[in-house]
Amino acid sequence: MAILLNENSKVIVQGMTGSEGKKHTERMIKSGTKIVGGVTPGKGGQSLEVAGQNVPVFNSVQEAMTATGANVSVVFVPPKFAKAAVVEAVDAVMPLVVVITEGIPVHDTAHFFTYAQKSGKTRIIGPNCPGIISPGLSNAGIIPADITAKGSIGLVSKSGTLTYQMMYELRDLGFTTAIGIGGDPIIGTTHIDALREFEKDPDTKAIVMIGEIGGDAEEKAAEFIKANIKKPVVAYVAGFTAPEGKTMGHAGAIVSGSSGTAEAKKVALEKAGVKVGKTPSETALLLRAAIK
Amino acid sequence: MDLYEYQAKELFATHGVTTQVGKVVSTPADAQKAAAEFNCAVVVKAQVKTGGRGKAGGVKLANNAAEALEKAKNILGLDIKGHIVKKILITPAEDIKEEYYVSFLLDRTNRTFLSMASVAGGMDIEEVAANTPEKLAMIKIDPLTGVDNNKALEISVAAGIPGEVQKDVAVLIEKMWKLFVATDATLVEVNPLVRTNDDRIVALDGKVTLDENANFRHAENENFVDTENVDPLETAAKAKDLNYVKLDGSVGIIGNGAGLVMSTLDVVAYAGEKFGGIKPANFLDIGGGASAQVMADGLGIILSDPAVKSVFVNVFGGITACDEVANGIIQAIEILKSGSNYVQRPIVVRLDGNNAEEGIRILREAKPENVEIVDTMDNAAARAAQLASGVK
Repeated sequence: MAILLNENSKVIVQGMTGSEGKKHTERMIKSGTKIVGGVTPGKGGQSLEVAGQNVPVFNSVQEAMTATGANVSVVFVPPKFAKAAVVEAVDAVMPLVVVITEGIPVHDTAHFFTYAQKSGKTRIIGPNCPGIISPGLSNAGIIPADITAKGSIGLVSKSGTLTYQMMYELRDLGFTTAIGIGGDPIIGTTHIDALREFEKDPDTKAIVMIGEIGGDAEEKAAEFIKANIKKPVVAYVAGFTAPEGKTMGHAGAIVSGSSGTAEAKKVALEKAGVKVGKTPSETALLLRAAIK
Repeated sequence: MDLYEYQAKELFATHGVTTQVGKVVSTPADAQKAAAEFNCAVVVKAQVKTGGRGKAGGVKLANNAAEALEKAKNILGLDIKGHIVKKILITPAEDIKEEYYVSFLLDRTNRTFLSMASVAGGMDIEEVAANTPEKLAMIKIDPLTGVDNNKALEISVAAGIPGEVQKDVAVLIEKMWKLFVATDATLVEVNPLVRTNDDRIVALDGKVTLDENANFRHAENENFVDTENVDPLETAAKAKDLNYVKLDGSVGIIGNGAGLVMSTLDVVAYAGEKFGGIKPANFLDIGGGASAQVMADGLGIILSDPAVKSVFVNVFGGITACDEVANGIIQAIEILKSGSNYVQRPIVVRLDGNNAEEGIRILREAKPENVEIVDTMDNAAARAAQLASGVK
């Protein structure tokens, strides 16, 4: 078992014919993902030769879904067109939309997130995220598939490279699913959403949660863990040395006033009984101790 | 991107939010001249991107041009929470009957927009929220439907705005929302929004934060870029499309991915505790696909900071291949050495992930000067901190 993405997931790529889209479609196919099509308006009817596979291109998400039964879409379209692409996927009632695109205006994200929420049918992961991988089963996004294999740990993270780092630290244990939820101020899937799914998944034995400065998502997750999660959870928070008022790379990673600091998040998590590592490697040790 | 008050007010004026644009000056003489032109009592206000100007003595009333000259002399050059006042805004003083508060902002927690409004304006809104929360209305705004005149009136009423001006305030609230959307703002705040003695509603102060991700559809945002108050190294980095933030320590940091670089700063600071409090000198994310040129640009920026005593290159190859990073480091050092003002500093490198073994082999064979390879992030951070402390 895995969460949100498994061996039955049929994946289309919005923006597949662009350079990033093509490159990562190839990587996804090579890691065993069922890529059933791509969407590029105006290029419908063509097909793209990727990793030895002929992938059909459709004009719209609706067409692609009708023809292939796709139930996951990975979005690589540029920021300018991302809102329209996601709205289109929601209109087509796509169950899972993974938005990799970085640099989407937050007004656009607020729009498509609310739109999806009102539809009640579409879950969005991202934007500005590395996507989701259930090692050995399927990979929707840009997380390298060769870091580790299928295993018993669940991982949810705001940061891409820290996701990779943590998968690497625990590569001998392997993962059921790892989700990069993204570092933007508004994201479709939160730590809490992922924690809830991992708690339900019988194959996930323990959970690693990676947060970073900005917002109060980690504090909310701490409350949620205390009330709802029985499985061991360990956490890591990045950004203790970040100064107030400076954005640290991610649009959401900014400490404003007294809120959003790494220290506040660490305190909240520890209050909820979650062990918080000082470094990624210490966090990995805590996880190992937790499942002994 | 935060705007100065005078820039916010210019946006207000173009979007029909009643305000006093006033005049921006940077010398006491010009302040006097501006006050003389207004020919009435004026307010002299420090233009800094931080709160608490009033308490810090950055806002003063001047009854005439001569007084404006004196107040301007006092305010220009003032240090307000680390911000030196270089510009001041001169506006005609208003006869104030009441002061309100209205804002629109991004509500991260609820993943939507929020309006906050209060009849108790003119003071720190955090204090109102803490001490008299019943006076602060917080109303969620649906991004799909926005704020029409009914919603604006709802906000005005919820804030407790007196009946006789409720509608006038609502008109202004609706215009603030239109501005919020049209400019891709993440914050539009008016505090105070005043009711004058003759019942006009005027935005007396303004704070606007714009979303830089939306710059592609706002060519005009270029005018708001602050070139004066930015660290020169940050400006140089921006010109090369690098994501760099100057900090006050001595270990230069280069990494890939915002989260990993933030984490690297923390790990270096922990390791530095053992060496008398060695700290990171900067944040620098070179992103995916670290080419030799990007690595050279990054190293160049970091080594031009005289505070840097050692450098830590921390890369986890996800998409990025570590052999390319290794070649990038070697070529970067060659490029920098051929420059005129290259000063050597020890560089500690940690490579893991995609093609890490090959990357390490390349570095071991090429043996670039002053480069050490350390196997883990924690050990590499400790070594970089040790080198920065002067220990060899």
